[in-house]
Amino acid sequence: MAAPVSSVGKPSAERPPFSSTSFQKKTRSKLISIPGTRPSVQNGQLLVSTGVTSLDYLLGGGLAVGTVLLIEEDRFDSYSRMILKYFLAEGVVCRHELFVASAQDNPDDILQELPAPILDDVAIHKPVEQPRLSCEPQDNLDAMKIAWRYQNLPKVQSALASSSRFGHYYDVSKTMEPEIRQAAKCHRFYLPEHPTQSSTTHSRMIESYSALLKSLQEVIHREGFDLSTPMSMSRNILRVGLHSLGSALWNDDLSCHDDPMHSHALTTFLYGLRALLRSSLSVAVVTVPSHLIQDQALMGNITRLCDNAIALESFKGSERETNPLYKDYHGLLHVRQVPHLNCLASQLPDHKDLAFKLKRKQFSIERLHLPPDLSETVSRVSRGELAGAAAVASACGSGTSGNKHLDF
Amino acid sequence: MFTELSSILNATPDRFTQGEFILVSDRQSDASFLIHHFLSFYLRAHYSAISQRLGVSLTQAREKSQLIFLEGLKESLSILIPQTPQQEVKLCTSSEILLLAYRGCMSMSSDGGGEEGVEEWGPPVLLVDDVSVLLSLGVSAGAVLDFSHYCRATVCSQLQGNIVTLVRCHGEEAEDDGSDGGSEWLLKGLAHQCSLTLHVQGLPTGYCRDIHGQVEVCWRRRRGDGQHTQKKLFQYKVHNKGASFFAPGTSSAVL
Repeated sequence: MAAPVSSVGKPSAERPPFSSTSFQKKTRSKLISIPGTRPSVQNGQLLVSTGVTSLDYLLGGGLAVGTVLLIEEDRFDSYSRMILKYFLAEGVVCRHELFVASAQDNPDDILQELPAPILDDVAIHKPVEQPRLSCEPQDNLDAMKIAWRYQNLPKVQSALASSSRFGHYYDVSKTMEPEIRQAAKCHRFYLPEHPTQSSTTHSRMIESYSALLKSLQEVIHREGFDLSTPMSMSRNILRVGLHSLGSALWNDDLSCHDDPMHSHALTTFLYGLRALLRSSLSVAVVTVPSHLIQDQALMGNITRLCDNAIALESFKGSERETNPLYKDYHGLLHVRQVPHLNCLASQLPDHKDLAFKLKRKQFSIERLHLPPDLSETVSRVSRGELAGAAAVASACGSGTSGNKHLDF
Repeated sequence: MFTELSSILNATPDRFTQGEFILVSDRQSDASFLIHHFLSFYLRAHYSAISQRLGVSLTQAREKSQLIFLEGLKESLSILIPQTPQQEVKLCTSSEILLLAYRGCMSMSSDGGGEEGVEEWGPPVLLVDDVSVLLSLGVSAGAVLDFSHYCRATVCSQLQGNIVTLVRCHGEEAEDDGSDGGSEWLLKGLAHQCSLTLHVQGLPTGYCRDIHGQVEVCWRRRRGDGQHTQKKLFQYKVHNKGASFFAPGTSSAVL
């Protein structure tokens, strides 16, 4: 009885079909060196920088080529748009090609707002000092008298960074010079320019998404990002930025109704996008207004269809803006999902309580530190708020119900 | 293959029950590491180990046609972006996707049955990675249940093989809007059809670095006098070389 073992599978994030491309065969052929990329130290995947160095650190060194980063927008779409612009600006500086799609603003307007890179390395990021586990006694001034047992413990690193630099820094107060910007090749997709013909067939995706997917596929084929084209040409990376998918401007009623008619349009599009990315040298950043989507199960499906997922929650307009605990930061950042490519264990960050701050020359993501609780009321408020905010839906139960088990 | 899990399930590559339908499900967690276990387990059943991370070389298995990998992602692109209008009309119903998938699986197994390869493999095993993706593509849960029923009839009963399916859910167990399109409904339906369930969940107390979650193993044996269900609960931790399973509270980080 001879019958082979057969398996049906969608290649989920932990097993991308890179085994059929040359990325795996490092020993035999020359490693392709594409500017602006580097191989990951953990799993050998090719990584590009998102433009924000602390976000690169959170995602495990960078964004792997062929994957999708989902950004759940903050309420006014200010910081998610900022990260999208960082991503595109990084593409310009690394001389990658860009593909920008938007239904709200003209892609040309988005491209004109890109931040200016700091190219002369003035803001050199000093590598974070390694925590010292020194055995010899420290200075008399630093020596702890009461809590001396904690003397030799490592200092907590609040800023997230790795020792090697990868990526560039940008000055948000200036926009990029037109000469630098025009040196990069940009492909645009502006939805009002694509008239949607009403088709009689009941297609799975709505018109705007299928037009976008088709346009992206054409660009990939035409410009040679497909992995099936011969390797003799010099390769480059295509950076795809998709702004505010799922909003009503894309003719999608996901964010308008509790029971949308096209409930599978966005998920089908994301599936097709992933299929396109896995078979080409491209990387995508998608922003979704998740605060408008009421269905949590649908949001979970959307998150699972993307490889990396983060959510931004800004303090603007909420009562947290005046809370003294959060005075140094602009918002909270939640890591919803990090892929485990080519390995079993996932690389979720150890700390769930991350906050971000947009400074002029850096978008920094740091671990949120609480000041020491000196009064009863401050500590009560902070614990409840943080427990609600830091509920990450990955390998853990929901935060609010978890508190029941911890109360004693 | 995770040796601890194999001993929990009382199965070794040389001796395992045939005709089983195994369901792996997760809720707000990621159970895909269990798929790796089953993949290497069944490959090892007729294959000597080579030093890879889990001891099985997938590329070699593919070359010897022991493993046939049907990538829905690649095939789907031609469906999602129709090149000609005729194609769009033909593949508009969601059941077409399932029909394609089913035909794909059956053709693999029947081809293998006919060909006399160098190696003689045992009964076929069908591993379905993430049936919930079909739900996000718009396929109804009823159609997916039909698909699994037909696969089970062919693979388990007819060919005496095994099936391992992965289903992913989101949210609390009680919450269901009553519609029959949800993944909860699919999970319940599949759990009824299967003989062994591994349900992966996060810890009820929250995120922990050393314990990644808990696995509930549930055997549903059909004996002459009725159904007999046996449940066991374990906690697990996934690391690069595998996963370790232990009784709740006996994690190495705690003891």
